Amino acid sequence: MVRFVLNGQPTTFEGDPETPLLWVIRDFQKLMGTKYGCGVAQCGACTVHVDGMATRSCVLPVSAVEDADIVTIEGISGPEAEAVKKAWNGLDVPQCGFCQSGQIMSAVALLREVPEPTDADIDGAMAGNICRCAAYGRIRRAIKQAAADLGAEA
Amino acid sequence: MRWHRFRPTRRAVLAGMGLVVAVGAVAPLAYSAARKGMWAWRIRSTASPAAFVKIGTDDTVTVMNKHIEFGQGTSTGMATLVAEELDADWSQMRAAEAPTDDELYASLAFGVQATGGSSAMSVAYEQMRLVGAAARAMLVAAAAEEWGVSASEITVSNGIVRHVPSGRESRFGALADRAAEQDPPLWPRLKDPKNFVLIGRDLPKLDTREKSNGTATFTADLSTDDMLVAVVEHPDHFGATVASFDDTAARAVPGVVDVRPLPQGVAVYARDTFSALKGRAALKVEWDLSKAETRSSAEIEADFVRRLDGTGLEATSRGDPDKALGADGVRRLEAQILFPFLAHAPMETLDAVFLPNAGDGIDIYSGAQFPSMDQRTATELLGLGPDNVRLHTVIAGGSFGRRAQPNAAYITEATEAFKAIGASRPMKHMWTREDDIRGGYYRPMYLHRLRGAVDATGRIVAWDQAVVGQSIAGTSELDESSVEGASNLPYAIDNLRVVAHNVVLPVPVLWWRSVGHSHTGFAVETFVDELLELGGRDAVEGRLELLSGEPRLAAVLARAAEMAGWGGPLPEGRQRGVAAVKSFGTCVAQVAEVSRGEDGAPRVHKVWCAVDCGVAVNPNVIRQQMEGGLGYGLGAILYGEITLGEGGRVMQSNFHDYRVLRINEMPEVEVAIMPSSASPSGVGEPGVPPIGPAVANAWRRLTGQPVRRLPMVPGSVA
Repeated sequence: MVRFVLNGQPTTFEGDPETPLLWVIRDFQKLMGTKYGCGVAQCGACTVHVDGMATRSCVLPVSAVEDADIVTIEGISGPEAEAVKKAWNGLDVPQCGFCQSGQIMSAVALLREVPEPTDADIDGAMAGNICRCAAYGRIRRAIKQAAADLGAEA
Repeated sequence: MRWHRFRPTRRAVLAGMGLVVAVGAVAPLAYSAARKGMWAWRIRSTASPAAFVKIGTDDTVTVMNKHIEFGQGTSTGMATLVAEELDADWSQMRAAEAPTDDELYASLAFGVQATGGSSAMSVAYEQMRLVGAAARAMLVAAAAEEWGVSASEITVSNGIVRHVPSGRESRFGALADRAAEQDPPLWPRLKDPKNFVLIGRDLPKLDTREKSNGTATFTADLSTDDMLVAVVEHPDHFGATVASFDDTAARAVPGVVDVRPLPQGVAVYARDTFSALKGRAALKVEWDLSKAETRSSAEIEADFVRRLDGTGLEATSRGDPDKALGADGVRRLEAQILFPFLAHAPMETLDAVFLPNAGDGIDIYSGAQFPSMDQRTATELLGLGPDNVRLHTVIAGGSFGRRAQPNAAYITEATEAFKAIGASRPMKHMWTREDDIRGGYYRPMYLHRLRGAVDATGRIVAWDQAVVGQSIAGTSELDESSVEGASNLPYAIDNLRVVAHNVVLPVPVLWWRSVGHSHTGFAVETFVDELLELGGRDAVEGRLELLSGEPRLAAVLARAAEMAGWGGPLPEGRQRGVAAVKSFGTCVAQVAEVSRGEDGAPRVHKVWCAVDCGVAVNPNVIRQQMEGGLGYGLGAILYGEITLGEGGRVMQSNFHDYRVLRINEMPEVEVAIMPSSASPSGVGEPGVPPIGPAVANAWRRLTGQPVRRLPMVPGSVA
């Protein structure tokens, strides 16, 4: 049995320990905000936070998250998360929207690490998140907007 | 049975409804009559959920979107048209996917319920405004009745119905039930466009919030307690079939429930996705390749080259191109350009959910672009009566053409899988990314040969173009989608010939965002650029000279050039290229600024884009589609390529080897929308075609090397 904390709730999983965290979250915990896009950590649609780090859940066996603190799009909170969601709304970032949970999880992790990210910082943190609608220009602007809002609050 | 997740908005709407307005069947003929002012609309009030607009007693106005929303903005667009004529407040507007019903929801372009060809806004523009106008008239009539005043004294604005003389006012919800009892007007009056308050504004999209907090529900996200997950092991050659299989190891995987052969491959059913994938990986399948494509891309290319000399299908002809090409004193240019197969690779892979309902019917949930065709196909396969299968369209994680299959191939496989296990238990069928990349239905591979000539004065006097490739429609006749953009070349050239050579291959192909323009736009716009250079003409001025018959295309070209400061100084190591393409009735010009990147391949820094799509219903969405369209096209021309290796296997499998554009490769984009009062045309596809040739033209100026083969990867261009 694997024990971990999911969005603040103690959680256990008794199935195949090889099961990627993505499918535990989706199929067993029924949290559907985290998406499957490639299954090989190439697209970032499955990004969640594992002990605060943006992590591709599609290749991470659940056995590797014993005792870890997992946060998904459903559980993300705090000033950076609020600022990112507000900027995403304000700039109408999503098109089809399927990648956006992963984009937001990566963006929040970036802003927690780097409060005033440069374009290079954004490239570095976000290049693992594919958006087939190519909403990249708005993603970049929204991250900068969120950073500016957080700076103004501080 | 319990749905873990369902769209609460839809449920709420269906539960508490007041006024419901539907516009009855309108054949394309009636629509064209309507356009001439003879409005042959049958408008009725009905309690049926099959309707276009529902005004809830809670003041919400829900527009049933008959065109699937997959990122292109139709839900916001349809709601805007209704809200404008209804004089609703934008904050009360909602949208939901319409049920499957050709009679109510046929596209006025196709005659069946369908989304495609960048047509939604253009063909629904009057229809959805009429719906809004009819609903408004019914609300006004209800208010007049309730207040005992004349309807002519009642005004509506921002979601408030008012009778100024008596000081009475009401929100829509309080009037909805009474409005539902009113006779709808036979001839709803539409606003004079100068009085528009919502059309033309940067309205926020209706689906942004749910797509920014993880609650937007796609087909992939639907599940029930006892649902099986089915994945299918597909052949790795196109046209191959199952010879034999051994499922011993697959069945031994905990969680795997069953394994069944299908016409498409071998299906593995499990209680959860990972068990299904693990079971599929454990299958041993022998494939029969006797009818399969076993040639490589290189062999297919050699065959395409040979076909250039055969007799083709004439798509257009004027003047005498042979004579003009052979005339004394002309300078000639010839080019062959090869375009690869391309996968659409939408973020959400193909999927469908099958749910046996309490009666003896089946509910299917899927991101269908042709829902009525998919529903009919599933009904026939399941051997059920026409009313026993209902297909519910679900918002989809992208498509780019992939979900629009005239042969319903995807829903056929999913339904076969459901049928093979008895059609009695809830089932989700999904493709993995590998299934998607290797699954065919690609943008076809094409070879273009272009020959042109300029006379002594530098004028282009001849254009002779041949296109070799598969017909998407599968016809042996001329397929317009192979030559569109070339056969109706916008440039005034006296001697013109365009010929198509249809090739039959076992590789299934499909329309890919911008269809024929995805390759003809590149061929035409790079070749004209080279001919203009040969004739000593500037790329912008030279095009404008040839576009006297295409004033809207000329105007976007001039606008993009002006935005970019065309002809002005450039940063060291950079060059610019331009292209202008009219597709789906919309004119788009783009200027791209390009340098050579560290890896030797093109790096695109900035794109200036001008678009004329008629009335700009929502400039915010139009800019978004231009940004995204050119990003989608850029990824394809820089990296996109599906190749068949020795023996015919697809060489790519996932995003590591089928590369797509990433954020660090996205240029800065500036978009200008031309002011226009012309009927709106679409924006989903037209942003795609110009980016490739604009980048290639810049690259030629930068390196001296024309681009003759896509994608522009090192080794091909660098």
